[in-house]
Amino acid sequence: MDTETPGAADWPLYEVFVRGKRGLNHVHVGSLHAADDQMALRRARDVYTRRNEGVSVWVVRSALITATSPDEKDPMFAPSGDKVYRHPTFYTVPDDVPHM
Amino acid sequence: MTRSPAAEPNEESVYAGLVDVDGDASQWAFGAGFDDPLAGVDTTVPAGLDRTDLAAYCLMLGDDALVLAQRLAEWCSRAPELEEDVALANISLDLLGQARLLLARAAAADPRSVPELPPDSPVPAEDALALFRDPGGFRNVALAEIPNGDFAQSSLRLLLFSVWRLALLERLRASADPVLAAVAAKGVAEVAYHRDYAARWTVTLARGTAESRRRTRAGAEAVWPHAAELFAADPVELRMAGAKAGVSPEEVRPACEEVLEEVLAAADLPRPDLAAPTRVRGRAGEHTPALAALLAEMQSLAREHPRGTW
Repeated sequence: MDTETPGAADWPLYEVFVRGKRGLNHVHVGSLHAADDQMALRRARDVYTRRNEGVSVWVVRSALITATSPDEKDPMFAPSGDKVYRHPTFYTVPDDVPHM
Repeated sequence: MTRSPAAEPNEESVYAGLVDVDGDASQWAFGAGFDDPLAGVDTTVPAGLDRTDLAAYCLMLGDDALVLAQRLAEWCSRAPELEEDVALANISLDLLGQARLLLARAAAADPRSVPELPPDSPVPAEDALALFRDPGGFRNVALAEIPNGDFAQSSLRLLLFSVWRLALLERLRASADPVLAAVAAKGVAEVAYHRDYAARWTVTLARGTAESRRRTRAGAEAVWPHAAELFAADPVELRMAGAKAGVSPEEVRPACEEVLEEVLAAADLPRPDLAAPTRVRGRAGEHTPALAALLAEMQSLAREHPRGTW
């Protein structure tokens, strides 16, 4: 083995976000390894947008994402469980309002 | 393209848009919302255009794409990385799509170009051309048929091929044949991506480790001798260029030289000699032994089951 060559296992992990249609949000579709940002973007295009899904792709190094941990689940989210008044659900949405 | 209203609202994933479009399961094979590259194109052969020349010219460009698509498909499950495996398969399928349209055009322009099959054969004309012609009937350049070698050599071949094909397709968008113009318009965006892909890997590998540099230089030695053939015009190509329906490959040489100079300077690789004498004339049906082996594999299934439908 050529010890000079770092394998893909040593490459950073990237998270991939694709926007499927104009006007909608980018959605997380998966992750991949790449040597740098440009390679990540091109690999994301090849791996995650094969069937005409995408109009825009974002990639971000997974290490740069700060996320909640499972241990924090209860203090973070449980208190909101009974607070129905926090959502504006007490009126009817007209039928012809899209994307609600 | 019409979409069912159900496909529009409340998408939870980008892939949700693929579900229930027209309620048709074939979407999983062909995707959703695709444009037919020949939609609205008048497919009658323009008056004054020689049908035999048009068919021969479409075979040349179609065979280039078909044979390289087959070579790229050989990388399936063997590429150095999963992502490159998928990328090479995508590129292969892009070229296969171009080949299908071009071979179908050749068959429509000159039905005599299609190998004769029994009258009740279920094989479409473009498949008959792809799967029932012998090596001597193929009109592709040798660059498309030479073996893959390693990933570096395959990247260099794809670079040279894409630089050349993109230059041809850009000019073919103005072809007097509306079908060739439409195929070229579709192909330009595809091949521009192939060129970008191959150029990036060429520079990355050539400027990478000692081993990747060694392999890239060896790849250049294997691939560059086939460069000059790309720019040696066949009489059919010259007549088609004269009829404003084709492009003379001589005409695109300066543009290709310029692009290759830029990439190969960045990669610090030797340049191919684009004006060298041509070794093999694939446009005249001359080929390296590699083509026969490639076709034997590609055609064996269809020839074993000539009545099969796929």
